[in-house]
Amino acid sequence: MTQEFIHAYVDGELDLARSLEVEQHMKECRGCATAYRNQTALRSAFKNSSLYHSAPAKLEKRIRSSLRREAKSEVSGRSFGWRWLPVGALAFLPLMALVVWQAVPGLRSSGDELLAQEMVSNHVRSLQLESHRTDVISSDQHTVKPWFDGKLDFAPPVKDFSSQGFPLLGGRLEYLNNRAVAALIYQRQKHYINLYIWPAEQSNATAEVATKRQGYNLLHWTNSGMTYWAVSDLNGVELHEFARLVQEAQ
Amino acid sequence: MEGQSKLASFETAVLPHLDAAYNLARWLTRNDADAQDVVQEAYLRAFRFFGGFHGEDGRAWLLGIVRNTSYTWMQRNRSPELNMALDDETQEAESHDLDPEALLLQKADAQMLRQAVEELPVEFREVLVLRELDEMSYKQIAAVADLPLGTVMSRLARARKRLQQILASQTQTEVLS
Repeated sequence: MTQEFIHAYVDGELDLARSLEVEQHMKECRGCATAYRNQTALRSAFKNSSLYHSAPAKLEKRIRSSLRREAKSEVSGRSFGWRWLPVGALAFLPLMALVVWQAVPGLRSSGDELLAQEMVSNHVRSLQLESHRTDVISSDQHTVKPWFDGKLDFAPPVKDFSSQGFPLLGGRLEYLNNRAVAALIYQRQKHYINLYIWPAEQSNATAEVATKRQGYNLLHWTNSGMTYWAVSDLNGVELHEFARLVQEAQ
Repeated sequence: MEGQSKLASFETAVLPHLDAAYNLARWLTRNDADAQDVVQEAYLRAFRFFGGFHGEDGRAWLLGIVRNTSYTWMQRNRSPELNMALDDETQEAESHDLDPEALLLQKADAQMLRQAVEELPVEFREVLVLRELDEMSYKQIAAVADLPLGTVMSRLARARKRLQQILASQTQTEVLS
């Protein structure tokens, strides 16, 4: 028996049979009995120490007002409401549903939907401050690639496309989709492209999927065991051109 | 769900967990101003994703978002903590505790305990805070921290072990000084 079970016992996570086993064991094993005493002492130390940080009163106010702003902008963002629809138009709803379905392919699962939102906010934030844009500034792929070494549990492919009009500006680490990911920054004239890379869950390659969020174009695909998301305010055609370059470079 | 009605049901379901959200962010960022920013951003994210929430465990759902937002914050601020990968495979040597440690723990005051928890690696700190301060079950902790159940159990055991070591070294210094 390992001491982990003593912890699970103190935490009330064991079923009855296991609990009895632990109790029996503690009668015979002095080390585990001591560990048990230590755990209960630690628990009461926590209880008596009031280590809980309650939220400051003004924080609730601040959050309430930022939520109200957000709720308003969501409504005005969807000014194309259903209210104006005459009843007769309801007949066209199935058709409209089909159009919407095709307009946002690939985002049928709510997971991708969340991810797309996360990508766009991350992209926007990365551009707000120059210091957020890159952790390593270099147009040299041989500088950027080793920089990720030891910071990620995978090696992202890094290529510069200066000669094709998409110079590499640098890279940075991000935390997205519950994991650390590589972000590469490219430029196309006055537009920036964030290319996010992390190991794919499935090994099979998937074709490019395009979508639009808050005026930004997103493209994602899976290739050679990596998942790619490209986000930019660049037009769809040129972003697709960029995605082609990335895919062909592998 | 549109505008006002979405806002109203969000406020009912998620706003009551503000203390838990702040507590977690505060322990992860170890700083009041940053914790407030993280919590505000987490609430905005939660509001945007509220459509995907189906009324299960509102607290665990929110804390998962707070945790992710805190990690993004640490990443952005290049917190050195995130570069220390925790190895969940290796077991620490099972040194059997000495009895006096229980005594030591009873003597440890709130200030010492707070300091010791802040010194823990972030992966240990988060499971300990969720367990001891939020009194979450292993299953809830697994959901918040996105970990397998077995890892929650072993991390908690290691976190407590480490905490005792830190407390022991603190008391020794105090006796000497």
